[in-house]
Amino acid sequence: MAEFRMPTLGADMQAGTVVAWLKKPGDVLRRGDTLAEVDTEKGVIDVEVFTAGVLEAIVVPVGAKVPVGTVMATIRAGAEPAAALPLPPPRGLPETGEERPVPPAAPATPAPATPAPIPPAPIYAPGLAAAVRLKISPAARRRARELGVDPAAVTGTGRGGAITLVDVEQAAARAAAAPRAAAIAAPPSVPMPPPADRQERMRRTIAAAMARSKREIPHYYLATTIDLGRAMAWLADRNAAVPVAERLLPGVLLLKAAALAVREAPELNAVWDGERVVLRETVHAGVAIALRGGGLVILAVHDTATRPLAELMTTVCELTVRARAGRMKSSELADSTLTVTSLGDRGVEAVYGVIYPPQVAIVGFGRITDRPWVVNGGLCVRPVVTATLAADHRVSDGHRGGLFLDAVDRLLQEPEKL
Amino acid sequence: MSEAAIASVPEAEAWPARERCLALLRQMLLVRRFEERAAECYQQGLIRGFLHLGIGQEAVAVGAIAALEPDDRIVAAYREHGQALARGVPAASVMAEMFGKATGCCRGRGGSMHLFDAARRLYGGNAIVAGGLPLACGLALADRILGRPHVTACFFGDGAVAEGEFHESLNLAALWVLPVLFLCENNLYAMGTRLDRHQAMADIHRKGDAYAMPHAVVDGMDVLAVEAAVRRAVEQVRGTGRPFLLEARTYRFRAHSMYDAELYRPREEVERWKQRDPLPLFIARLQDGGRLDDAALAAVEAEVAAEIDAAVAAAQAAAVEPVADLLRDVVAPSSPEPQT
Amino acid sequence: MTRITYREAVRQGLREALAADDRVVLVGEDVGRYGGAYACSKGLLDEFGAERVRDAPLSEAAFVGAGIGAALAGLLPIVEIMTVNFSLLALDQIVNNAATLRHMSGGQMSVPLVIRMATGAGRQVAAQHSHSLEVWYAHVPGLKVLAAATVADARWMLAAALADPNPVILFEHALLYPVEDDVDARPAGFDPWHAAIRRPGRDATIVTYGGSLPKCLAAAETLAGEGIDAEVVDLRCLRPLDVGCVLESVARTHRAVVVDEGWKTCGLGAEISATIAEERLYELDAPVARVCTAEAPIPYAQHLETAALPSAARIAAAVRDVVPGKTAAAAAPRAE
Repeated sequence: MAEFRMPTLGADMQAGTVVAWLKKPGDVLRRGDTLAEVDTEKGVIDVEVFTAGVLEAIVVPVGAKVPVGTVMATIRAGAEPAAALPLPPPRGLPETGEERPVPPAAPATPAPATPAPIPPAPIYAPGLAAAVRLKISPAARRRARELGVDPAAVTGTGRGGAITLVDVEQAAARAAAAPRAAAIAAPPSVPMPPPADRQERMRRTIAAAMARSKREIPHYYLATTIDLGRAMAWLADRNAAVPVAERLLPGVLLLKAAALAVREAPELNAVWDGERVVLRETVHAGVAIALRGGGLVILAVHDTATRPLAELMTTVCELTVRARAGRMKSSELADSTLTVTSLGDRGVEAVYGVIYPPQVAIVGFGRITDRPWVVNGGLCVRPVVTATLAADHRVSDGHRGGLFLDAVDRLLQEPEKL
Repeated sequence: MSEAAIASVPEAEAWPARERCLALLRQMLLVRRFEERAAECYQQGLIRGFLHLGIGQEAVAVGAIAALEPDDRIVAAYREHGQALARGVPAASVMAEMFGKATGCCRGRGGSMHLFDAARRLYGGNAIVAGGLPLACGLALADRILGRPHVTACFFGDGAVAEGEFHESLNLAALWVLPVLFLCENNLYAMGTRLDRHQAMADIHRKGDAYAMPHAVVDGMDVLAVEAAVRRAVEQVRGTGRPFLLEARTYRFRAHSMYDAELYRPREEVERWKQRDPLPLFIARLQDGGRLDDAALAAVEAEVAAEIDAAVAAAQAAAVEPVADLLRDVVAPSSPEPQT
Repeated sequence: MTRITYREAVRQGLREALAADDRVVLVGEDVGRYGGAYACSKGLLDEFGAERVRDAPLSEAAFVGAGIGAALAGLLPIVEIMTVNFSLLALDQIVNNAATLRHMSGGQMSVPLVIRMATGAGRQVAAQHSHSLEVWYAHVPGLKVLAAATVADARWMLAAALADPNPVILFEHALLYPVEDDVDARPAGFDPWHAAIRRPGRDATIVTYGGSLPKCLAAAETLAGEGIDAEVVDLRCLRPLDVGCVLESVARTHRAVVVDEGWKTCGLGAEISATIAEERLYELDAPVARVCTAEAPIPYAQHLETAALPSAARIAAAVRDVVPGKTAAAAAPRAE
């Protein structure tokens, strides 16, 4: 018998309200299925189940607000083997399919303010919505306005996927979270609080997380400048041989290198539980994604160290799109073990991050820029990047951090092995 | 049509009393001066739309209507100022209608081509050629069924004879035995198309034979002849209940409408017909017969001029219908008043 | 309560009208000795005489115009035109005279006339006897236009039309004449000038009139079995349109399907759907759908004629299409 608990979707999440159950007792559950929608102070989040089996009982009814860790449902672990995680979706925009967003050179976050745990409210993304005019009936549009529902976050069930009255009203009903019978298999759409309100709540969450980080975590900082001549040359060759849609951006090399470098200093891929460090076996690099309306969110790129570059590229693209469209999975919000940030595409040379609690380190990459460089005693021009590490001194020392940055450098000198 | 045919029209066999002759003269003068004034007003922009003048044809309307009883019904076509005035619709009312004013006989809804007066049994003013003939059949049908002794006089031009509604209506009236006097004002032209260019058999009154309908032809330039012919025809219709087709041969001196270069007829033809202008013709006969002196004629002219001056002045001064009443009388809101 | 056909209902209405008022006359082709092309005036010649039940020659312009003239002069004529197709021969009289005389005369003239005509297809009589041109008349100010879709309306509409001081065109659908239904005494407050909700429903409004009503009701029954609850509005009066009823219904159901046996282009469906868009756009949860006759003259061959006309299956399909979430449940075959 397994238990499905109210997850912690962010360091600051104390409790959540069940908005909808998307399965009913007796339903077969596969790993990765969305089982419930949970309203947090940042918005409604799809919560996945990680145990395959059969849903036995729903313990927490729709509308109830329970603390993190509360058992919400029980699952009878089935004979059915756990299915593999769903394959990453194909390249390009899975939802809107219009323009392929440029993935961040590396996941980026502002330098002074360090990444914060933002299980974000699904954010209305004007840039994406503008590309495809929302298909919504006039009545549904009016009703959405009346009910304070953001139509962009509602999934349409009408002709041609149009959003209808029913869709809006169901979304509003979930938002209202009034006690009622569990809504089973309702369309996965969520109501939005007004944008200004969301913005403000997100800011407060970032503030709390970063203040806690600076208050509690004794940061130390290291920096090194890495020659990317080989990496960039390899990338250029590789990209020349593949269609545009399959090209890699330098940021994904940096991400992979950081994840692999953890082998040299495993204590950087860990969490501090208040008293001691708990190492994580797998590297789920958290990429910081800046949202268009302001604020940012950190989403986990699962198994960063073991997946091929092309797959990581796809994942980063997809996460960026979904983050900006406000569609994130609970695991993406909760799983990251080491944050990698970059402000390189903003023209910044070096990023000194603020650690995202309960993580214990954050890696930063600045802008890749051509610099005079000494090679074999001779001067030449090379593309270089400044890599930084901010780490928790309770967990690691500068020596270990130095080994880590050195490993990043070495890995980037053999890009073909990444 | 030949002028010999005109000459063959019988003379009025008996002279009416002097007062009645003067009344006919006064009406013809009123119609003539009214239309002359209307043309002037049109050129001043006071009257718009189509304006069809019947100058030259006054004897038909005036003579025919003089032979009708007050309760008889009249259906006219679109050259119908003469019929309206001869029936007694005040000149002021007709002029105001053409000025588009609220005091017009149709409160500005109809204009020159659609003059109605329910009290005087004038059922329009119909601008669809031959469109009035079926209506006349129906008016007569009602009188027949309700046992009333009225005759419906239906005026139409020679152009209407080419329309199916003419033939359907003559057939229906004969078949159903309806008291209609079909009165064709044959002015030789259907707009610009001469009779012999639109009728295979141009002797219009003889078309009555096809419907077993009695018929006659009269000189439409002679008001007394018209009056006498209509009187005989109406007596027959009233007596038998059967329809009658009367053709009055006449001529319009002016263009079809105000904007017509008259390319379709020679100037000399118009001048020749003007020799038979019904007004001078009648005046001369009255003077020859000692029924009219210069002073009396001048008095009638002055009277008519004063009436028309007053009509124009009143029309100019009158208010227009409020636009808010645009939709008034499109449909009746309430239960019908029985019509008689 | 008696069970009678639509045809008999029309006949009883005519008989009642002739008996009630001496000013009423019935005029038309073969209304007398023949008993009416659809036998709607059978026996009336014997009862009321040839003066008031008057066979007309085949001259629609003349006898319709005569009806107008007779109305002007105090009769209450009922003119029968065999089919709406033939009424085009009298279009001049109806449009240029009946509809205009009151207004053109500044309110002096009144035309209390009823023109009855059969309309509609479905009998394999091809293009010159089958068209539904109701909307041509519904277009014209000065006319009123009624369409009897039920036996009761066939029975009682005529008296209401005769009592109206305006020219009224009363349409009878040729396929409805043999339809039977129970008819009671004239309902109190019978009002044919307003639409009637023939079947209440929550999910969509089917707007129709005349011969399409039975098809719409059949479609609604089918849909009910699928969990779609369709409301059926019978317009009854096509001019003036009772838009209030339609709009009120659409405001409740948020979806509308207009069913009209006329052609779609510039048709009644266009009028209704434009009115909904003008007045209730923000109530609409789906585009207004129209089910109309194919844009072709009605063909003779049965399968072609059937394919051209609105059917219960097409109507049901159109409703499914506008009712969200229930489309997948639709199992019934589509006709086209």
